Amino acid sequence: MKGRLAEKIIEKLLFICALSSILIVFFIIAFILKEGFPALTLGGDFIAGMTWRPSRNQFGILPIVISTFIVGIGALAIAAAIGIPAAIYLAELSPEWFRNIIKPSIEMLVGIPSIVLGFFGLMVLVVFIRDTIGGYGECILAGWIILSIMTLPHVISISEDSIRAVPEAYKEASLGLGATHLQTIRRVILPHARSGILASLVLGMGNAIGETMAVLMVIGNPNIPWIPTGVLEPVRVLTSTIVIEISYAVWGSIHQHALFALGVVLFIIVALLNAITTAIIRKSVRRSGSR
Amino acid sequence: MNNKEKLVTAGLCTTALISLVILFIVVGYIFVNGIGAISLEFLLESPYRFEQGGIFPQIIGSLCLVCVCLFFAVPLGVASAIYLAEYAPDNRLTSSVRFFVECLAGIPSIVIGLFGLIFLVYYLGFGISMLSGGLALGVMILPWTVRASEEAIKTVPQAYREASLALGATKLQTIRSVVLKSAYPGIITGVLLGMGKALGETAVVLLTAGSGLESFLPRSVFDPVGSLPVYVYMLATQGHTSAAFAATFGASLVLIALFLSISVFALVLRNRYIKRLTGGRRS
Repeated sequence: MKGRLAEKIIEKLLFICALSSILIVFFIIAFILKEGFPALTLGGDFIAGMTWRPSRNQFGILPIVISTFIVGIGALAIAAAIGIPAAIYLAELSPEWFRNIIKPSIEMLVGIPSIVLGFFGLMVLVVFIRDTIGGYGECILAGWIILSIMTLPHVISISEDSIRAVPEAYKEASLGLGATHLQTIRRVILPHARSGILASLVLGMGNAIGETMAVLMVIGNPNIPWIPTGVLEPVRVLTSTIVIEISYAVWGSIHQHALFALGVVLFIIVALLNAITTAIIRKSVRRSGSR
Repeated sequence: MNNKEKLVTAGLCTTALISLVILFIVVGYIFVNGIGAISLEFLLESPYRFEQGGIFPQIIGSLCLVCVCLFFAVPLGVASAIYLAEYAPDNRLTSSVRFFVECLAGIPSIVIGLFGLIFLVYYLGFGISMLSGGLALGVMILPWTVRASEEAIKTVPQAYREASLALGATKLQTIRSVVLKSAYPGIITGVLLGMGKALGETAVVLLTAGSGLESFLPRSVFDPVGSLPVYVYMLATQGHTSAAFAATFGASLVLIALFLSISVFALVLRNRYIKRLTGGRRS
């Protein structure tokens, strides 16, 4: 009887532990919102304002948000251009030994500390761009390249998984009809894996936008951000603005609240992208489940 | 296979090689430039006057932060995973727990850093300290620990549980002495990967644990600590002398070496574990 009771108590304790994630997410949302609230009440001046100049109490985030999307989308385009063909090769054409070398290296690449990658970008990429293409070197282009390196492994892994999830029978049917392997990949496998690949891209976008240190080191972060007109211009993104300014924002000032409000905006953007990913995956699961 | 197909295949193969090449270039570049800075003094002395001296407090600080982080995230994560995998009824509450774990995994680290700053540092009054930094890192890796542990627990064959239950063991005894015993290599792999993530994280630590250049060792969990990533950040962005760059390369190399040894260990452990589960066959 006593053992029973102990088992019940432990089960309840495990249950409480499982609830902790919910609690933590609520705490994060509540505290960030509460701190960002005074700046969010600026309304249009905050969301649609064109000038971010804390010294004059101007907190318009539009140029920062637009730059964030420009940097994120460009990085994603590069990652997709390399990652999707790589995923096709690894899932369909690669010999086993080649896969066994590439897969662990992709996993390592995911984990390379972003600050180290950023430092590499600062020392190599920025210098290279400045010397061969021109400009300051610290620019959107450098941000694209560094971020695409960070997004690439995610795009490859998830795309590869979704290519592998295409039923073998489809492939065999196509091959049996006399199509070559490459024709089968293009006409049968890719259309079926499309939603999984799309999900990997949206998720990669979320990662790219939330990434902080690597991108901060290479994009220049001008004091007063503007909407960029070329890829060689320095920009500021949401994450880099928070990190750089939080250290000197006066505690309790509207500046500090504005930085937390940037956190809220970042959170909302990334949450939306994640929700889209989940919706895409759920839809594709339902479609394949209905067969 | 005609020539065009061969060409396409070769092209696809090249794209697959790119990630390997990037990994080699980055690690190689850091290694070549950093190895010169590594010496016994660099590893065992404290930094002074910005870029002079060594990085001993930073190495210890990083390890301390990771310890606090694991101390928080592992028990909580493994307990959540046991509940989700073994007890959870298939209802709305369970699926919302899963949903929130995914949510937490998706939150950008800088937002977790802001949360650590406002909640741990100011609201709970832990100050800029090892405790705040470690806990914030713990929040960051919690979802990874939950996911990895749940996967590991789920791969334990159902027959093991049934055998144990049939021998008269209670559910809890079964979990403790059968399920966890078979799942622990998988759980450790997940924990190691989370550890690597926590070790390299900069934004969270920068906002909650210290300025990176601390020249002293922490005496309690309420002391601020320096850490390798923040040290690299400070020197790379504010140092302009060649000595500062040399120290930055050295610290990056130490960071990468720590990270790579943890990941390689985790990968080896996982491969062994997979082999054991599948009886030597690769799935």
